[in-house]
Amino acid sequence: MKKYGKPAALFVILAIAIALPLLLNMSRRGKFQIQVFTIAMIWAIATLSLNLILGYTGQACLAHGAFFGIGAYAFAICVERVGINFWPSILIACLVTATLGFLVGLPSLRTKGPYFAIVTLCFNVIVYNVFENWTWLSGGIKGQTVTIPSYLGERWVRYYLVLACLVLVLIIERQIVKSLLGSSLIAIRSNENLTEAVGISSFRNKLLSFTVSCFLVGLAGALFAMEKGSVDTTVTNYLYSFYILIYLLIGGVATLAGPVVGAIGIFYLLERIQSLKEFRFLIFGLILVVVIIYLPMGVVGGIKQFWEWAKDKWGKPAEAPE
Amino acid sequence: MSFFFKQIVIGIQLGSQYVLVALGLTLIFGILDISHFAHGHMYMIGAYLLYILMVLGGVNYWLALIICMAALAVAGVIVERVIYRPLQGSPSINSFIAAIGMILFLEALVRGIQPTSLNVPKPIDRTVTFLGITMEVQRLIVIAGAIIFIVLLQLFIKRTRLGTAIEAMAQDREGAALVGISVSRMSALTFAVATALAAAAAVLMAPVAYIAPEMGSVLVLKAFVIVVLGGLGSIKGAIFGGYLLGILEALAIAYISSAYKDVFAFGVLIIILAIRPTGLFGGREA
Amino acid sequence: MKLLSVEGLTKRFGGLVAVNKVDFSIESGSITAVIGPNGAGKTTLFNLISGSMKPDEGKIELDGRDITGWPPYNVARAGIGRTFQTTALFEELPVWVNLVIGYRMRTKSGLWDAVFSTPRARREKKETTERIMEVLSFTGLAEYFNHTAGALPQEAQKRLAIAVALMGRPKLVLLDEPTGGVGLEETDRIIELIGKIRESGVTVCVIEHKMRMIMNLADSIVALNFGVKIADGSPREVCEDPAVIEAYLGESIA
Repeated sequence: MKKYGKPAALFVILAIAIALPLLLNMSRRGKFQIQVFTIAMIWAIATLSLNLILGYTGQACLAHGAFFGIGAYAFAICVERVGINFWPSILIACLVTATLGFLVGLPSLRTKGPYFAIVTLCFNVIVYNVFENWTWLSGGIKGQTVTIPSYLGERWVRYYLVLACLVLVLIIERQIVKSLLGSSLIAIRSNENLTEAVGISSFRNKLLSFTVSCFLVGLAGALFAMEKGSVDTTVTNYLYSFYILIYLLIGGVATLAGPVVGAIGIFYLLERIQSLKEFRFLIFGLILVVVIIYLPMGVVGGIKQFWEWAKDKWGKPAEAPE
Repeated sequence: MSFFFKQIVIGIQLGSQYVLVALGLTLIFGILDISHFAHGHMYMIGAYLLYILMVLGGVNYWLALIICMAALAVAGVIVERVIYRPLQGSPSINSFIAAIGMILFLEALVRGIQPTSLNVPKPIDRTVTFLGITMEVQRLIVIAGAIIFIVLLQLFIKRTRLGTAIEAMAQDREGAALVGISVSRMSALTFAVATALAAAAAVLMAPVAYIAPEMGSVLVLKAFVIVVLGGLGSIKGAIFGGYLLGILEALAIAYISSAYKDVFAFGVLIIILAIRPTGLFGGREA
Repeated sequence: MKLLSVEGLTKRFGGLVAVNKVDFSIESGSITAVIGPNGAGKTTLFNLISGSMKPDEGKIELDGRDITGWPPYNVARAGIGRTFQTTALFEELPVWVNLVIGYRMRTKSGLWDAVFSTPRARREKKETTERIMEVLSFTGLAEYFNHTAGALPQEAQKRLAIAVALMGRPKLVLLDEPTGGVGLEETDRIIELIGKIRESGVTVCVIEHKMRMIMNLADSIVALNFGVKIADGSPREVCEDPAVIEAYLGESIA
C-alpha cells in the first residue's frame, strides 16, 4: 500500500542513528543529549502506536497518555514491588496495558468520531485522577523509583535498546499495514459503512487495532520508566494524549515515517527551545493550527503529495504493486 | 436539612455556569457540526478580559459584563472565519485538532504573561440569608444572570427572524440553505452568540472562584459531556443536563469527596455512551 | 429453487411505514427487478435485506437460513453483496485496494499472519490477487488497476462498486440503481454486465427506474408503492397490472 522510502535512504538514517551516541558520548553535554534522543524515540514509539488506530482505522483516541502511564507504572511495580526481572517486566507491562486497552475498547469503540475522542479523553482524566488519589498504587508525588540491571546503567546502552525497540515497532507496524489485516483497517478509515457491507466487522477490527496499539504504547511507557529511573503521577497526564496526537498529525498520519519524524522532530525542537518556557507551546499551538489547515497530511504526507505530483508531472507511469 | 438545601443552591449556581457554556457548545456542535474544543478557552479569555477591565481599568462590573460579551462575540466570529471556515470540507477530526492548537496557543499566551491565579472583586460583596441558609449574593447573581440569558436566548430563537433561521439550520442544514438562509452568516452568528454566552458565564463566575489559565479545560470537557448527553443541538438538553450535572456535582463534593468530582461527570458519560452510543436524547447522530 | 425469501417484512420510521408487510421470493439464478415510484420503499427494502436496518416485523431467509436482524457484515459473509444508490467506494484508495477489501471476508489471515508473514498470509494474498484479476477482466476494469477509485469516470465507478460486491463470491447481489446518472451507451454496458453476472451463476436483484431496460433483462418483477407490494410476476404480467399502471400514471411504461 504505502511505499516506505528508498532502501538506501533508510540505511543511511539507520547508520546515523547507530553512530549518534558514539559521537555524542565524547562530550559531557553530548552525554545529556543522548537521553534527549532516547526519550524522543520513546515518544516516536508511542506516536507509532497511535498511528495504528488513528491513521489506519480513523479513530481519534485521546487516552494514550493514560495507557503510556499505565505501561510505565506496570513496569515499575513489577520490577520494584513484585520483584520480577527486567525483561519479563517489560513484557508484562505491555500485556497489562493491552488488556486494559481491550477492556476500555469494548464499550468505547461503539462510539464514533468526536464522541470517541471525548470518551477516551474522559477516561484519561479519570485515570490521572485515580493515580493522584490512590497513592498506595502510585506512590503519590514521590512516585516510584525503578532499579534497572547494571548492564543498562550507561545512557548509550539504553539508547541502543530503545532504538532496537523502535525498529521492531516499525517493522511490526509495516507488516500489519501491508497485510490483509491492514486492508481491513484502512477500509474502516475510508468508508466504515461500506466496510460492513463487504463482510468486515468494523468493531472487531477496531478493537484489535486498539489493543495492539495499547500494547505498543505500554512498551513506550515501560521504556520511559526505565530511562527516567522513576515514575510519578505526571506520567498518566492527559496532556500527553494531546502531544502524541500532535506529533502524529504534524509528522503525517498513515505513513510510517510520519510518526517518527513528528515525534522526534517536535520533541527535540521543544527541548531546544526550553528557554522560551511557556511560549514554546504558543508556537507549538500556532504551528498545529497552520499545519492542520494547510498541510492536513502532515509534513511527511505533504512531502509524499509533492512527490506524487512531481512524478505525475515528469513522469514515470503508475507502477503495478508487488 | 438546610445544609442540603444550600448544596442544592450551590449546585444550581454551578449548573448555571455549565448551562451557559453548554448552550453555546450545543449550538455550534449541533448546527455547524464542529467540535469546538476551544470554547472553554474562550471562556477563560473572557475571565481575563474582565480582570483587565475591572482591576486594571477600573471599569464597573456590569459595564464590563457587556463589554466582555461583545468582545468575545467578535472573537468568536474571528475564530470561525479564520480557523474553522477553511476546514469546512475536511474530516471533523481536523477541526478538533485546530481547536487543540488554539487551546495550546491561548493557554500558553496567558500562562506566559500571568501564570499565577488572579482574583476579581465582587460587585456586591455581601451575604444574604433566606430559608435558613446563608449565601453570598454573587452566587445568586450567577443564578439570576444565567436565567436571564437563557430566557433572552429563547426569545431570540423563537421571536426573531435570525433566531428562527438558526433553529431552521439546527433542524436541517441543507434545507435551510435551500430556502435561502445564508449558511456562512448563520455560522458567524452562532459563534458570536455562543462565545458571548461563554463570556457571560465567565464574568458571572469570576468573582466567586478564581481566574487561572487552566480554568477552561475541564469545563469544556464537562460541557461536551452535557451536550452529548442532552443531545446535539438540543437547547433543552443543554439546560437540563447543565443544571443536573451542577447539582449532582455539588452533592457529590459535599457528601462524598471533592477529590473525585471531575471523575464523576466523566464516569457517567462513559457509562451512558457505552449503553447508548448516540447520547441520551438521541438528536443528531454523531 | 428459492434463494431468498422475504415474509411480512415491515419497517416503520416514527409514523411512516416505509415497508409494509412485503412478501416475495427470488429464484436462484434469476434476475429480479424491484420497481416503484420514488419513496416506494425500494432502498429501505434492500437495507433490510442487507442488514443495515433492522425490520420491525417479518422474516428474511437466505438459502433456507434465517438471516433476519443479522448485522451487515454477517449478511455479506452469508453471501449477499450489494451496491448503493449513491455509489459507495473507498474513494481515496486505488481500484485494486478496493477489490482487496472486497475479498477480505473470504480470508482468514489475522494479526499473527500479518506480523510473521506466515505461509497462510502469502497464500491468501496470492488468492486475493488471482480473484482481483478475474473480477477486473469480468467487469472490464483492468485498465484502471492503479487509478484512484474516486477519480474514475461515473460509469466506471458504478462498475467498480459492482466489482467490489462480486469479489466475495456472493450468491446474491443487490444492485441499487446501477445505471443511475449514467448515459445511454454506458447503460447498455452495465446491462450487459448484469447479464454476465447471471450467467456466471450469481443471482441478481436490481432496483431500477428505466423500464425499457428491465423489460428485456428481468425474469421477474416486484412492484412496490408506498411500501406495499402491488404486483409480482413476469414482466408482461406486471406491466399489464392495473395497480402498477395507476402507480405510474403519467410515466410511460413501453
